[in-house]
Amino acid sequence: MDFTLKIWRQEGPQAVGHMATYQVTDISDEMSFLEMIDVLNDQLVRSGDEPVAFDHDCREGICGMCSMFINGEAHGPNRLTTTCQLHMRSFKNGETITIEPWRAAAFPVIRDLVVDRSSMDRIIQSGGYVSVNTNGNTVDANALPIPKPAADEAFEAAVCIGCGACVATCKNASAMLFVAAKVSQLALLPQGQPERTARVEGMVEQMDLEGFGNCTNTGACEVECPMGISLDHIARMNRDYLTAKVANKG
Amino acid sequence: MLDSKIPDGPLADKWTKHKDNVRLVNPANKRLIDVIVVGTGLAGSSAAASLAEMGYSVKAFCFQDSPRRAHSIAAQGGINAAKNYQNDGDSTYRLFYDTIKGGDYRSREANVHRLAEVSASIIDQCVMQGVPFARDYGGMLDNRSFGGVQVSRTFYAKGQTGQQLLLGAYSALSRQIGQGKVEMFNRHEMMDVVVVDGKARGIIARNLITGEIERHSAHAVVLCTGGYGNTFFLSTNAMGSNVSAAWKAHRRGSYFANPCYTQIHPTCIPVSDDAQSKLTLMSESLRNDGRIWVPKHSKDVEAIRNGSLKPVDLAEEDRDYYLERRYPAFGNLVPRDVASRAAKERCDAGMGVNKAGQAVFLDFDSAITRYGSTEANVRGIENPTAEEVRALGVAAVEAKYGNLFQMYQQITADNPYETPMKIYPAVHYTMGGLWVDYNLMTTVPGLYAAGEANFSDHGANRLGASALMQGLADGYFVLPYVIGDYLADDIRTGAISTDSSEFDEAEKSVTARIDALLNCGGKTPVDDFHKKLGQIMWNKCGMSRNAIGLREAITEIQALRERFYKEVCVPGRADQFNQELDKAGRVADFLELGELMCKDALERNESCGGHFREEYQSEDGEAARDDKGYTHVSNWEYTGVPSEAALHKEELVFDNVELKTRSYK
Ligand SMILES: Cc1cc2nc3c(=O)[nH]c(=O)nc-3n(C[C@H](O)[C@H](O)[C@H](O)COP(=O)(O)OP(=O)(O)OC[C@H]3O[C@@H](n4cnc5c(N)ncnc54)[C@H](O)[C@@H]3O)c2cc1C
Ligand code: SF4
Ligand code: FES
Repeated sequence: MDFTLKIWRQEGPQAVGHMATYQVTDISDEMSFLEMIDVLNDQLVRSGDEPVAFDHDCREGICGMCSMFINGEAHGPNRLTTTCQLHMRSFKNGETITIEPWRAAAFPVIRDLVVDRSSMDRIIQSGGYVSVNTNGNTVDANALPIPKPAADEAFEAAVCIGCGACVATCKNASAMLFVAAKVSQLALLPQGQPERTARVEGMVEQMDLEGFGNCTNTGACEVECPMGISLDHIARMNRDYLTAKVANKG
Repeated sequence: MLDSKIPDGPLADKWTKHKDNVRLVNPANKRLIDVIVVGTGLAGSSAAASLAEMGYSVKAFCFQDSPRRAHSIAAQGGINAAKNYQNDGDSTYRLFYDTIKGGDYRSREANVHRLAEVSASIIDQCVMQGVPFARDYGGMLDNRSFGGVQVSRTFYAKGQTGQQLLLGAYSALSRQIGQGKVEMFNRHEMMDVVVVDGKARGIIARNLITGEIERHSAHAVVLCTGGYGNTFFLSTNAMGSNVSAAWKAHRRGSYFANPCYTQIHPTCIPVSDDAQSKLTLMSESLRNDGRIWVPKHSKDVEAIRNGSLKPVDLAEEDRDYYLERRYPAFGNLVPRDVASRAAKERCDAGMGVNKAGQAVFLDFDSAITRYGSTEANVRGIENPTAEEVRALGVAAVEAKYGNLFQMYQQITADNPYETPMKIYPAVHYTMGGLWVDYNLMTTVPGLYAAGEANFSDHGANRLGASALMQGLADGYFVLPYVIGDYLADDIRTGAISTDSSEFDEAEKSVTARIDALLNCGGKTPVDDFHKKLGQIMWNKCGMSRNAIGLREAITEIQALRERFYKEVCVPGRADQFNQELDKAGRVADFLELGELMCKDALERNESCGGHFREEYQSEDGEAARDDKGYTHVSNWEYTGVPSEAALHKEELVFDNVELKTRSYK
């Protein structure tokens, strides 16, 4: 298969970026999208040009590192699929493919398709945990049974890979789905109860500080989330947040 | 002489006694002590968080954009712990014994016993952190079984156990970062260890965004930098996994132990084309329910390859369930090394089922029927139709392995509920690594190694679900104790200055190396060299090795390394975000390590675990160990040329288990 690629090139955080056009040929439909970019980069290096910078590591859809905005969609056309798990069989021979970085005020571009997502780490640092020290003297893991439905639902929230596609896809660049996934996971578990209120407040406050936008319930994030994190978690988080605010006033 | 510092006393008391005897650092003094932790996988995150909770000033480093993205995130199947929740006879001793036996009697008894002892606390700790392990309908934790053992002691969170455990450790780490007790350096690569007066006193790191070279000092340095499976280019490891930190430590005096022990995992998605960049694991847990087979007859192999016969249509009696045939006691659940070699044996015999002849089937049909019938019974459906049973069975299999099946389908476009998966062995894990004593210290004082980066617990073959256990054991429960014993001497040292000739020298050598890579003036991309190295390693130091091949490999790698420095092209500059430069540095180190791996494999004239030397096998093709000659750890001291490294042996003493021929028949 042959493709025309239009890719965002930007030398550094302060540099002015532009779209550049490249051709790749002889791409097999079994290749992953990133392997197709590998082919392009091999071509670029051999011809003395600089390769396209992009984030990736596991190439298994779990580390959350890969992050391309492909033909106007975060992680490309397929649902429940990260960029690295997208394969060229999902594209038509001869197609023009546009590739851009995640765009959000809270995700400044570092180079080409690579952005800085440390704002998401800082949100977790503001409360996305259970305050328990490691000492090996906690209670036996089975001392506290957790009903399977709650454990399963917590797991479904916990699978968020922190990729930021929800932010990139949201017209307000809101990080609500990401934050809600963590808040909801811990709110569903008994271990998360003692800090439930402080957690949601801390994380929401940090989210605002980082310059993420407001949630206006468009639901775009749920559609593009590669892990299928549900909007229900946002609803649960909003309830917790309101409770926290009411409690604080009283 | 290598002193492994194993405490005396009975095996089961060593760790308790050791903990009671190690020196402590009082809380006020801990604040004055700096510890650098390189790596934020399970081992690094848990270590950094625990050390900071204890009061040490910690700096942590990772090359990804967030600590949460370390390669540990990709672990799928589970984590072992001797909880005996299933009441199937498990115990600390049994986990210890299985690990020693699984490792083909090439690991240290005392370390393995300690690992088994602390395993139960890991599960307690993780549950407290909010790790959502799988549970049964009574709300209790569920277990599955993994290869090489006959009990169910593996805890799991669907096929995302590594992710959930790492996010647990990451949350603990994040809490410490939030409190200012850990200073986190994302997108930083450790380029060298700095040794001052014989002690590790810091590192040189490169800020991968700006290219700046930075000096960081500390009273101790802990390397939790993962394994070196990517020496083979194609492996199940993440693309960035590398040996560079460990290799730099080796060059600065840490011995490298058992580099030839590589684990080739039996169930991975086969190579599909030349541009393949990595291989994807299909979790070992699938062997609980999947049956492995190839056709019995060549004519059927042909028909399957050319598409004229669908695998599901091949009659039962024409299939060769070769693991069940050869190993009736363990069947599809033999350890990884055994399963991988058996697949290679069938494919070498021409029975491989894909076009390249390098694949076998992993079939869930019987599991679907079995689960379907059980489910129908549970629901009281009388005389269910075959379709009903299938639908119920598919749902049950989906609940257990849904994400793995989905991943398989995304990659191959085949639906594994309808046609068997095709799998083939791939490089997965490295048992070798930096030599450490019982206190996890390398041969350089103050330089520690934990997790996959050290060699300690898995001997010549690691059992499934034991790496996660080891990483967290090292980080949460071992390092925090043992490191105090060393640091107790440093309470009066004060901050370590980065203004010393040792830091100057280390920084200069780092800059010189970067310049050399940028100015080779060649035309060939880095990956080309990495792929060539991978081919040499896979063909000559892979699933089976022989002396002739290994000698050839050493010469070929040396030639390749020479060409690398003449012909490689690294575009861009040193003072910018430059991924080709990052890769070039890592490949340069793989090009040295590969040679040492071959040397080690050549020197070990026996077959054990993942190291199979063709010259040493029994009549029925099983590995033949030589306990008289090789019951030792081979430790290599760097001398310049990797294959001329000096060998130091640590004899392994077995006081508690009898060395037996491993049999899974
Ligand atoms: C696909 C897959 C599935 C697996 N499934 C299981 C399983 O089910 N059960 C099990 O027990 N084991 C499993 N394993 C093995 C297990 O995941 C690993 O052995 C383990 O996670 C390694 O953890 P670690 O903390 O030692 O290192 P890693 O998780 O590899 O972390 C390495 C860290 O070091 C950092 N680093 C490396 N080099 C440098 C440098 N030079 N400078 C700065 N930072 C650096 C990285 O950024 C990273 O943070 C699996 C492995 C794979 C590949
Ligand atoms: S919620 Fe979904 S899209 Fe957002 S960071 Fe998590 S996995 Fe990515
Ligand atoms: S590279 Fe890890 S999720 Fe895509």
